[in-house]
Amino acid sequence: MKIHEYQAKELFRQYAVPVPDGAAAGSVEEAVAIAGRLGYPAVVKAQIHAGGRGKGGGVKLVRSENEAKGAAATILGMTLITHQTGPEGKVVRKLLVEAGQNIAEELYLSLLVDRETASIVIVACREGGMDIEEVAARSPEKIIKVRVNPLAGLQSYHLRELAFGLGLAGNAMKSLAGLVKNLYRLFVDNDCSLVEINPLILTPEEILIALDAKVDLDSNALFRHPALLAYRDLNEEDPLEVEASKFNLNYINLDGNVGNIVNGAGLAMATMDIIKQAGAQPANFMDVGGGATAEMVENGLRLILKDDKVKAVLINIFGGILRCDVFAEGVVNAAKAIGITVPIVVRMEGTNVDEGKRILTASGMNLTSAVDLRDAAAKIAAAVA
Amino acid sequence: MSIFVNKNTRVIVQGITGKEGQFHTRQCLAYGTQVVGGVTPGKGAQNMDGVPVFNTVREAVRETGADAAMIFVPPAFCADAIMEGADAGLSLIVAITEGVPVMDMLKVKNFLATKKGCRLIGPNCPGIITPGECKIGIMPGAIHQPGGPVGVVSRSGTLTYEVVDQLTKLGIGQTTCVGIGGDPVNGTNFIDVLTAFENDPETEGIVMVGEIGGNAEEEAAAFIKKHMTKPVVGFIAGLTAPPGRRMGHAGAIISGGSGTGQAKIEAFKENGIHVCENLGLIGQVSKEAFGL
Repeated sequence: MKIHEYQAKELFRQYAVPVPDGAAAGSVEEAVAIAGRLGYPAVVKAQIHAGGRGKGGGVKLVRSENEAKGAAATILGMTLITHQTGPEGKVVRKLLVEAGQNIAEELYLSLLVDRETASIVIVACREGGMDIEEVAARSPEKIIKVRVNPLAGLQSYHLRELAFGLGLAGNAMKSLAGLVKNLYRLFVDNDCSLVEINPLILTPEEILIALDAKVDLDSNALFRHPALLAYRDLNEEDPLEVEASKFNLNYINLDGNVGNIVNGAGLAMATMDIIKQAGAQPANFMDVGGGATAEMVENGLRLILKDDKVKAVLINIFGGILRCDVFAEGVVNAAKAIGITVPIVVRMEGTNVDEGKRILTASGMNLTSAVDLRDAAAKIAAAVA
Repeated sequence: MSIFVNKNTRVIVQGITGKEGQFHTRQCLAYGTQVVGGVTPGKGAQNMDGVPVFNTVREAVRETGADAAMIFVPPAFCADAIMEGADAGLSLIVAITEGVPVMDMLKVKNFLATKKGCRLIGPNCPGIITPGECKIGIMPGAIHQPGGPVGVVSRSGTLTYEVVDQLTKLGIGQTTCVGIGGDPVNGTNFIDVLTAFENDPETEGIVMVGEIGGNAEEEAAAFIKKHMTKPVVGFIAGLTAPPGRRMGHAGAIISGGSGTGQAKIEAFKENGIHVCENLGLIGQVSKEAFGL
């Protein structure tokens, strides 16, 4: 689960990770009041779940009340387009107003899970404030990586490797050690999958402050963090995807015109691929779970048909233990109840396949059965051609 | 021959009295798996269809001589169940549970590194089957064909069934099929399974089914070129997946430009793996690649 910068900084404060003074605002008046309290210069930052906000015009330095008012009015409500939002952009509904900082240097710091070594990796770089992947590609030797065994936890040598690797000494080194210790605790306590600070600034007094903050949480662990659930922002999610989550459907809205309903994530991805290979474009990813039932398919179908771009639907269910006759009846009933308006191709595997196909054909609905994947792909491509 | 499980494997089911646990225990028994016991804390001394239930794994192992476990407990308790099984001396633990927190798996994985001789498969996986001998998992047994000569390893459940179904319909049997699971941190990886298939005299060719996210496929491809003599057919799901989105499986995500399907297919091609780009043809491609 993604959270906003201002929420991430709330977590940082709880763990004594230094952040600039500031607060979130939902209106221009609030923003101006916060800036007035902090004093000028201040910074007004758009709060959306995407990076690259500065380049997109979502971050402004303001030196007076007038400028604060102007910046807040411009940014609040704007559709911010960055390299991470996609061309449609995201509407800004919240601002973070912070005190301006004296910056001597910009660094980079992140913590993430390394799946291959089953460890928590701390990544640091003296060159911050820019795209870290670019730095890594240009000069990989500048990226310091330290791996922490989660059973043993963070040790002092990890901190030394980071500080000496970055070439920090004196106060800056001390500041880094305290900050990384607290950040590691935050990461583990809250089941994070990513904590990233870019830039991490060094002030002229050699104190490190998190100028930005990005925190991703492990959705699978939210059951043990009820307080963090309040950070979910439904405005940042696709409305159809929000609805799908209520029915326990794994759904992602895409650009194409062929809706698809599949049981199992791997098969669902492969089904999207095969739709494209047949010359059409998938309108979505949908996994209704390994043990598909007609009821889940009905929920899925209802949802997919709300999407105007869908011109045909492919249902691909590899049941194994599934009884295809029962399943086919379920699909026919769902199609009747919903009142389908587009052709539907059904490919199913399980027992009583022939009886299932007979039921689909005899239904008088616009339901076509396919014998296998290749046949399904060809029929769906023909349906939208 | 086969890898990891055979007709002598003695299995206990952790979470045997839950809905899923009961259903799939019955399916496994019907397939012929030796399910010798179950574990549900507080329900010791009961039985499920004649299978004795114990309070702890240690007790179940002592009383039944079990060497393997199948886990169906809810995600919050899965790490605990895996470590209990490992500590009780089991040599194989198959965790079916979906939704285990990554932080739990980091601990489990590092804990298991201290338990030599204990293999974890999963979590978030369909399990493992040696057709005709032993099924530990939720896959439909009937689509499999005993006797080999093809081994199957995959990160996905139903996608594996699709592959197996195509092989069986072409008359090609399987030695063992292993679902390693769709989570970012799992117990057994592609290389572990490929090594076992390379050493299994009855496996003549391997179908490897990967998907976007991580770089397990790239590492497996390099391993294959260096260490394997048997032909491998590779498939990758998710070529049309958008970056930054989790595609159902917790591990299936393209992040920061890494883990793309294209990169994995390139790695397959560079390392001499027979690439199948169209899932509908994977049975046929395997038949030709393995000369069957």
